[in-house]
Amino acid sequence: MTIDRSGTPLVEMRNMSISFGGINAVDDVSVDLYPGEVVGLLGHNGAGKSTLIKMLSGAYKPSGGQIFVDGNPVQIHSPRDARELNIETIYQTLALADNLDAASNLFLGRELISPLGFVDDAAMEAETRKIMGRLNPNFRKFAAPVSALSGGQRQSVAIARAVYFNARILIMDEPTAALGPHETQMVAELIQQLKAEGIGIFLIDHDVHAVMELCDRASVMKNGKLVGTVDIPDVTDDDLLSMIILGKKPGEDANAD
Amino acid sequence: MNNILTKLPFVSNVRFRDAGTLVGLLLIALVFSILSPSFLTMPNIGNILQQSSINACIALGMTLVIISGGIDLSVGPVAALSATLGAAMMVAGVPVPIAMLGAIAVGVSCGFVNGALIAWGGLQPFIVTLGGLSLYRALALIYTGGTPIFGIPSEFRSIANGAVMGVPTPVIIVAILALIAWVVLTKTPLGEYLMAVGGNPEAARVAGVPVSLTKISAYMISGALASIASLILIGRLGAAEPTLGNLWELDAIAASAIGGASLMGGRGSIVGTLLGCVILGALRNGLTLLNVQAFYQLLATGIIIIVAMLIDRATSGK
Repeated sequence: MTIDRSGTPLVEMRNMSISFGGINAVDDVSVDLYPGEVVGLLGHNGAGKSTLIKMLSGAYKPSGGQIFVDGNPVQIHSPRDARELNIETIYQTLALADNLDAASNLFLGRELISPLGFVDDAAMEAETRKIMGRLNPNFRKFAAPVSALSGGQRQSVAIARAVYFNARILIMDEPTAALGPHETQMVAELIQQLKAEGIGIFLIDHDVHAVMELCDRASVMKNGKLVGTVDIPDVTDDDLLSMIILGKKPGEDANAD
Repeated sequence: MNNILTKLPFVSNVRFRDAGTLVGLLLIALVFSILSPSFLTMPNIGNILQQSSINACIALGMTLVIISGGIDLSVGPVAALSATLGAAMMVAGVPVPIAMLGAIAVGVSCGFVNGALIAWGGLQPFIVTLGGLSLYRALALIYTGGTPIFGIPSEFRSIANGAVMGVPTPVIIVAILALIAWVVLTKTPLGEYLMAVGGNPEAARVAGVPVSLTKISAYMISGALASIASLILIGRLGAAEPTLGNLWELDAIAASAIGGASLMGGRGSIVGTLLGCVILGALRNGLTLLNVQAFYQLLATGIIIIVAMLIDRATSGK
């Protein structure tokens, strides 16, 4: 499937910068994402890829740069702001409250409220059963706290949360790192399904193979700077690796300095 | 066994734990009813409930704070400060309902200060409320010069000393407060937020839960309930001592823990806490009926708390 990049990008992060205690964690980085596209963000630990994306999800406030959604400049000060722009994040640490059940986690911060102002547990569980039936039909543990679930089941709860709330821009932080082969395949199929629905996905990973497999483009970062953005069909695993390690785009002379 | 039960639709972990606390209470009641014929009589059960009601009032707020991952060591001094200020207002001729609201406002304000220092100031709950423990006590002592305030109007005292159909008013008041706390915890977004903030504050934050406001609310509720407990007490005693509420925080924490609240946050139950209060109350009452010395009562209380925690540990499977 080819991606139509002639129109307005779904999201564009232009000249983003942020520093912590004088260190430039992200330095003048620009990336964009089109509908139905998966863009991989690659780099070593500390390259700045997670920091970059946390400015999009509202966890960090940028010190420079501008974010555009559908071509319009937006201000994202909190996770709530991001959600109102239909930006949803699935964190590496599977940010679920272990002591709550699947439905409570799915609706955390956005509980369904009955007309009397109370939390509508029955409606939330019914909705959870519906969405999980679509994403992971084998899921049964609706009443148990999520601490009782496997890694894959927890991942499916996290993805269900994003999908249920009509994510248009999905941020996935190493979505398959904690999963076995079967569950990884399940997530890969899910990503294809989300692409077909026109959702754009930023996929943060440091596994080159996962990015080659799942992504349409890849943006590589090193030491807080953008090395370059490449089309996946045009590059090899080794090209990406040399970008990550040497900080050079393919074609540039790796031995120049 | 726990796992099998949680697969049944209407049995959750919390209710399973509450059933355990109830069994503990029934065992204690059984032992005392064998040893003392007057233990299981209606007047004595009324006594136990009445004696437990002030601790229960404090423990309701403590449970919410503990669920949110915090602790409130300042409840006793907050109670003393709001009692003395409330009593002073009444003595000065302020209408009773307004003086009561004033006292509760004092408690809420103390709770807000605690919560703000914790949530916005980033300080640890234990240290902040330990500071509050000294601070609010000092304010109460400074304000009163260390002497009790007498002359509390009889119209106010009759509220705390009355009974409706044989049930003492304090028990009814605390039962209503407990019902409200239960509804808040299990049926409202605030309850979900308290559980989520205590269970995984980072997950709660990225999910868009207002983490700071949730924590502050818990301390404000705890402060309000401490004030109400102190109003019940001064209504019964007829005087407001600046030293009242000494060690209240420990009884409230004990009752919450016996009732299944985890000091790590994210777990706790209103029903369990109430049962925990009655367990502590029944224990003291029963030992007094048996003429056991106060020193041994203290010993028994300590043993019950530790045994309850050991059983909790053994049955939770972790």
